[in-house]
Amino acid sequence: MTAGLGLGRPQTQAIVGDEDVVRVRQLVRTVAVAAKLSLVDQTKLVTAASELARNTLVYGGGGQVEVTTVDNGRRQGVRIVFTDSGPGIPDLELALTDGYTTGGGLGLGLSGARRLVDEFDIQTAVGQGTRITVTKWSR
Amino acid sequence: MERVPVLKIGDILLVSIQLDMEDQTALQLQEDLADRIVATGCHGVIIDITALDIVDSFVGRMLSTIAAISKVLDAETVVVGMRPAVAITLVELGLSLNGIRTALNVERGMELIAASREETDDWAVDLDEADPGQAATST
Ligand SMILES: Nc1ncnc2c1ncn2[C@@H]1O[C@H](COP(=O)(O)OP(=O)(O)OP(=O)(O)O)[C@@H](O)[C@H]1O
Ligand SMILES: [Mg+2]
Repeated sequence: MTAGLGLGRPQTQAIVGDEDVVRVRQLVRTVAVAAKLSLVDQTKLVTAASELARNTLVYGGGGQVEVTTVDNGRRQGVRIVFTDSGPGIPDLELALTDGYTTGGGLGLGLSGARRLVDEFDIQTAVGQGTRITVTKWSR
Repeated sequence: MERVPVLKIGDILLVSIQLDMEDQTALQLQEDLADRIVATGCHGVIIDITALDIVDSFVGRMLSTIAAISKVLDAETVVVGMRPAVAITLVELGLSLNGIRTALNVERGMELIAASREETDDWAVDLDEADPGQAATST
């Protein structure tokens, strides 16, 4: 656990089907309300989570999500970690470009999700999988 | 998988999305609406998203696709009831709801459709009267 950062008990949700993307949205909403994010910030975080959960399902071949409340001493926030053991992302910069898609989407999920949160981190390795961590802080 | 009901009110099809849709449900709605437009000969579609607390890229794409399909089938689509937080988030996500007309609520949406039908009628010299598709209205 990171020093100096208060963490709540993580809640996990497997992502193996369409209905799990809905469950992730609901879980993130509940935790965002508990962390007292504003309505707009809740909406942004849930939207980002929806995009990333769908990517985990569609491109990562499924995986899991972990949602935690965090506290840096000054503010409360919500941290979400998406993990899959899929093919990984070979060209991260390209994947983060607006409009880039390999799946016939709009190519806005990854780049848009990054804009909607305060902190965004991707660890990915070809053939091993992808882990994306996002955080949204209360204002 | 749940299904979103499509209601016929006069010359308009009304879809009020009341649930957090799985992706499959959204795709099904696209098909159902296309079928109903053809079966009823309706010239207007109102999609009420008052109950939606987020619109992500998947649902955004569904709305654009429905608008495009309706247009080809000679019907006009208006999306009504978008929440302010949803609008703010959509813009930051980077989603431009291309070709989609919006209105504040169902009533305004109906006015918008009526007004644009009047315009079309002026120009099209009531070609509608001779449209055999009208015969199928009795569903
Ligand atoms: N978890 C993942 N594993 C492997 N590849 C991924 C993963 N997430 C995203 N990608 C790759 O990054 C690309 C861009 O993702 P992004 O979410 O921005 O767009 P999209 O899913 O294709 O379309 P949209 O989300 O707009 O419907 C994807 O097309 C895919 O190639
Ligand atoms: Mg995506």
